[in-house]
Amino acid sequence: MKQGCLQLQSFSMNDDHALKNPLLEARLFVARLFFALLVVVLLSGVLVWRYYHLQVARHEGFVTLSDRNRVLVEPAPPTRGLIFDRNGVLLADNRPSFNLSVVAERANDLEALLDEVEGLIGISDTQRERFYKQLKRRRRPYEPVPLRLDLSEREQGILAVNEYHLPGVEVTVQLLRNYPFGKELAHVLGYVGRINDQEIQELEAVRYSGTLVLGKTGLEKYYEGELLGEVGYQTVETNARGRVMRHLERIDPVPGKDLHLYLDSRLQHVIYEALGEERGAVVAIEIASGGVLAMGSAPTFDTNEFVTGISFDNYDALLNSPDRPLFDRVLQGQYPPGSTVKPLYGLAALESGTINSDHRIYDPGFYQLKNEERKYRDWKKGGHGSKIYLRDAIVQSCDTFFYDVGVRMTIDKLSLYGTRFGLGRKTGIDMPTERAGIMPSRAWKRGAKGLAWYPGDTVNTSIGQGFTLATPMQLAVATARMASRGEMRSPQLVRKQHAVSPPAGRIQASDSNWNYIHQAMQDVVHNRRGTAQGINRGLNYHMAGKTGTAQVIGMKQDEEYDVEMVAKRNRDHALFIAFAPVENPRIAVSVIIENGEHGSTAAAPVARKVIDAFMEYYPEPEGVADGSE
Amino acid sequence: MGQSDFVRHMGSGGSAIYGAPSQWQKLHMDFPLLVLLVLLAGVGLFVLYSASGQSAHYVNRQLVYYCVGLVVMLVTAQIPPRFLERWGALPYLGGVLLLVGVIFFGVGAKGAQRWLEIGGFRFQPSEILKIAVPLMLAQYLGKRALPPNFKHVFFALVFIGIPPVLVVLQPDLGTAILIGISGFFVLFLAGLPKRYLGFAGLAATVVLPLMWFYVLHDYQKQRILTMFNPEADKLGSGWNIIQSTIAIGSGGIHGKGWMQGTQSQLDFLPESHTDFIIAVFAEEFGLVGVTLLVGLFLLIIIRCVIICLRAQSMFGRLLAGSITLTFFVYIFVNMGMVSGILPVVGVPLPLVSYGGTSIVTLMLGFGMLMSISTERKRSV
Repeated sequence: MKQGCLQLQSFSMNDDHALKNPLLEARLFVARLFFALLVVVLLSGVLVWRYYHLQVARHEGFVTLSDRNRVLVEPAPPTRGLIFDRNGVLLADNRPSFNLSVVAERANDLEALLDEVEGLIGISDTQRERFYKQLKRRRRPYEPVPLRLDLSEREQGILAVNEYHLPGVEVTVQLLRNYPFGKELAHVLGYVGRINDQEIQELEAVRYSGTLVLGKTGLEKYYEGELLGEVGYQTVETNARGRVMRHLERIDPVPGKDLHLYLDSRLQHVIYEALGEERGAVVAIEIASGGVLAMGSAPTFDTNEFVTGISFDNYDALLNSPDRPLFDRVLQGQYPPGSTVKPLYGLAALESGTINSDHRIYDPGFYQLKNEERKYRDWKKGGHGSKIYLRDAIVQSCDTFFYDVGVRMTIDKLSLYGTRFGLGRKTGIDMPTERAGIMPSRAWKRGAKGLAWYPGDTVNTSIGQGFTLATPMQLAVATARMASRGEMRSPQLVRKQHAVSPPAGRIQASDSNWNYIHQAMQDVVHNRRGTAQGINRGLNYHMAGKTGTAQVIGMKQDEEYDVEMVAKRNRDHALFIAFAPVENPRIAVSVIIENGEHGSTAAAPVARKVIDAFMEYYPEPEGVADGSE
Repeated sequence: MGQSDFVRHMGSGGSAIYGAPSQWQKLHMDFPLLVLLVLLAGVGLFVLYSASGQSAHYVNRQLVYYCVGLVVMLVTAQIPPRFLERWGALPYLGGVLLLVGVIFFGVGAKGAQRWLEIGGFRFQPSEILKIAVPLMLAQYLGKRALPPNFKHVFFALVFIGIPPVLVVLQPDLGTAILIGISGFFVLFLAGLPKRYLGFAGLAATVVLPLMWFYVLHDYQKQRILTMFNPEADKLGSGWNIIQSTIAIGSGGIHGKGWMQGTQSQLDFLPESHTDFIIAVFAEEFGLVGVTLLVGLFLLIIIRCVIICLRAQSMFGRLLAGSITLTFFVYIFVNMGMVSGILPVVGVPLPLVSYGGTSIVTLMLGFGMLMSISTERKRSV
């Protein structure tokens, strides 16, 4: 029985209905459960150890990583320095521009959103295209992309009212450069524009962080370092998508330095008006300081267009216009100075002892070098007649006299005096691009042309033709040096200090010689035989001047312009230099009217307008020296 | 010796409950476990409020999930273990059928087909199996003589094996492993002979490399590789691990303070309110908080272990034991993956992570535990 029972048990071990032994099973279960519990406790220990390892042992490292994650150093760009004229009139400032930007990530349906905005304030296809183009560029997520710049107040209002159903639409404020005088000062101030890829390579990355623009031309470029200011920083906390959540610390930027110019915006306006539709340039210099009172080049362009980004079409039009509006004629236009150099060479002739004031010639209307057949003609057919003194030669602009005197002086002396008056050298004005012109000499010709100097070259040079080239600025500087009796100053646009600094040098000449030339130049305007006598009507002060005509050689005949245009553009350039008042010169002016033909009729009236205005604004000498009224 | 002796022998802490049936006992509730679970849910709500970026929406919904879970637990607790034992195979069979259904009619996203849609209501059949497999195993082994013989082990392994294989096909390796483990726990607790364990270990060393080459999808391999070197794929799958370890590590001993965790508040931490919520907790409450939370989890497990020990039947013991150990596996896998010692698998932190499915499934399990804990002595 017992054995059978055992047998049954052993058999039933393999049977599904084996007898259960609850105690044994429970003990086995408990053993297993406690083993499992032990493992659970051990693994919990592993977890705590792991978190200890991260939170205590490696804590410092993770704090750094966490901060690096969230803290972003954002540059705070400085506001650009302002530019004022001599009377405190703002010439360049920064105005807030309200821009419409879209955060694409927050818009539900971008296309529909743009349609809706277009319905409200209007968006051109170009703006939409530009928006999508910029959207495709690499950018941080949630970075607003500008859609329309410079919203009007009415448009801002419309957007504000509808903001609640335009998710992703943002109106942001940005400071934009503004030029209240736009066209009138385009070449002087220049303009700022977006930093391009090439400029990024060259500039100090840190100083420009956060700044989008830099000076491209004019004073904006020359004084870039001072106008820019010092960048500030703010540390901000951002979320993972780069949105600024909170400002932590801020180091304020230092605004750029303001510029105060010698320039008078009223005179600048006179120049702009006087030049009108002409192509040309006018420069007015304050003789006492060398400060530029006004300088204008025409035609001109509106610099404000460049600030917000000029359209390609408009830029092409400016760039390809035969009138070259972007070209600064004042500093880069090089013209043969023509007869305007005659007073200068006259002084040189007297001072070098080549002639004295009693020297006179007979002018048959041409000049011939010894042993040469060629006739160098005077501009006046038949000549100026007999008893032509230096004074007459200047007043009537007699070429024959100067041919003769020039040859007697030799090119070396012409060149020496020309250079002293600033020809052939950069004037040193505080502008980024200036051309030096040419004051020919033996050495120059050998270097530039590889040829020897011929006496014929001297003949041409003596009346400001031939190789001689000068910028309107150089002519104004030469005039100022003439007026100030030899004070050699560089022209300056920005007034650095209040007191006038002494001249860098002095052109030595006797008082009587200065007086002689001044008188001759006064007679150009005031004598009834003077070439510029046409402008002396109603003059209540004494003006000294000299007309000039420069032959045009640059125009190519085969260029595709209509005949009339070619004809007009082959006319001579008209020049005029002047200073006033003769007794105590305060202003020196040079004028060039391209293809104006006659200095007396095209250029001289412009100079008269400028000097008239100056005399009206600054009747007393102190007014100028002091600067502000 | 009867079972009552065993219980008397084991029970000392729970004597108050056993002495006189309290109001809680009439409701089939284990009071200490209930208190611990409510405490955990409370902690969960606080963390969620911070982790979701002070979202009342998430907190409210989570609160609803907790309430649903509580009701599910309460209802489940009323089902006598004997009933569960009798019908224990049904959820399993139903679950397996639904898994087959998923293969043919399932819907899903991102290359995985895990959902069934019935009448506009979506659910994951694999969730059912997390409970159904231990239930099936417990009812199968509970009535057998233990330790199980070869035949029973074989059939048990077949029962354990079928659902994970079906789930792997979806593919959802993480859930498959968790389902397999929950079944295996029953087998282990039932006294699986040690030689089988040794054999299983041997088999694993053979199978795992094979799985690497033939079963694992690229994204799964990537996750495992990422665990060893998260820097290799900073913006891809490594991002989560890098950001969660930064969150945990920068929390330090005392933490940055509630709602002060920069990693989570500034959205550097992905999935911060679901699978990675422990990183938010660790960042804001530090090692002190983590230790206390792990302590709370251990208290719950210990209370569950006590319930296991007091269970009136082997079925009850096996089921309760498996649910308890599976609960811990969820905790370990979640906290392990977030802290970078385990690969990233989609396992939420029990009762803390946001999500209704996980809460309801867990509360269903705790409901069964409650039912087992209050089962009256069975007459054998």
